[in-house]
Amino acid sequence: MMLASFLFYFFAATALLSGLNVVLQKKTVNSALSLIVCLCALSMLYIQLDATFIAVIQIIIYAGAIMVLFLFVIMLLSTQSESLPRALNVNYVAIPLGILLAIVIGQAALSYKTATAEMAAPSDISAVGTELFSNYLLPFEATSILILVAVLGAVILAKKNP
Amino acid sequence: MIPLQHYLIVAAALFAIGTIGVLVKRNMITMFMCIELMLNAVNLTFIAFARYWGKIDGQIFVFFVMTVAAAEATVGLAIIVAIYRNRETLNVDDANSMKW
Repeated sequence: MMLASFLFYFFAATALLSGLNVVLQKKTVNSALSLIVCLCALSMLYIQLDATFIAVIQIIIYAGAIMVLFLFVIMLLSTQSESLPRALNVNYVAIPLGILLAIVIGQAALSYKTATAEMAAPSDISAVGTELFSNYLLPFEATSILILVAVLGAVILAKKNP
Repeated sequence: MIPLQHYLIVAAALFAIGTIGVLVKRNMITMFMCIELMLNAVNLTFIAFARYWGKIDGQIFVFFVMTVAAAEATVGLAIIVAIYRNRETLNVDDANSMKW
């Protein structure tokens, strides 16, 4: 019990701090690396929520595949540090509005009354697979078409002379 | 057992950080990473509710969100490469020709 709450607060703090670091860092590579830390901390939270399949997928697909794609593009374009502040200084508006957004969503979360006591979730990988191939079969097949379209679109967009 | 509200508050803070990042940063790739941060905040909400309601549907939705995020990252990064090839810049303020 003690250990579970310690692990939750540790990984939640890690996720929040590294998420903040994504915004605060000047260099794009540093932002990408702290985003990877954030994703791994989130996957630890998923393990605590008994979603082991999603946690593994999070590390393999997000931290493994998508972030490697990001790092490849960053290296390919050899970006320098963050460019100069923009002419219209939007920061003084954006940061208070963002904090307000956090307060509003957090207020909604706090006012949420848990309807039922916690139930044991059937959350092993076989349950996910059964649900995915029975009730969600059509969306699952649709995602394959989505990925095919995305691959074709990326090839056409990145071609030398389109 | 950690209360559900704690997970929701972490997700809300993460989502707000991502929003601020999209509004404040000027580098296209960094803005894109902040969008990924917002998607992950929503995923945390889905998983937390799935756990506390004892249903599996939230995890299925996270699966779909991840698929869409992968497709989005592929196409978006290809667009960024194309823009950089044409304009030699990653600053969004320099790529505003669709804005009048």
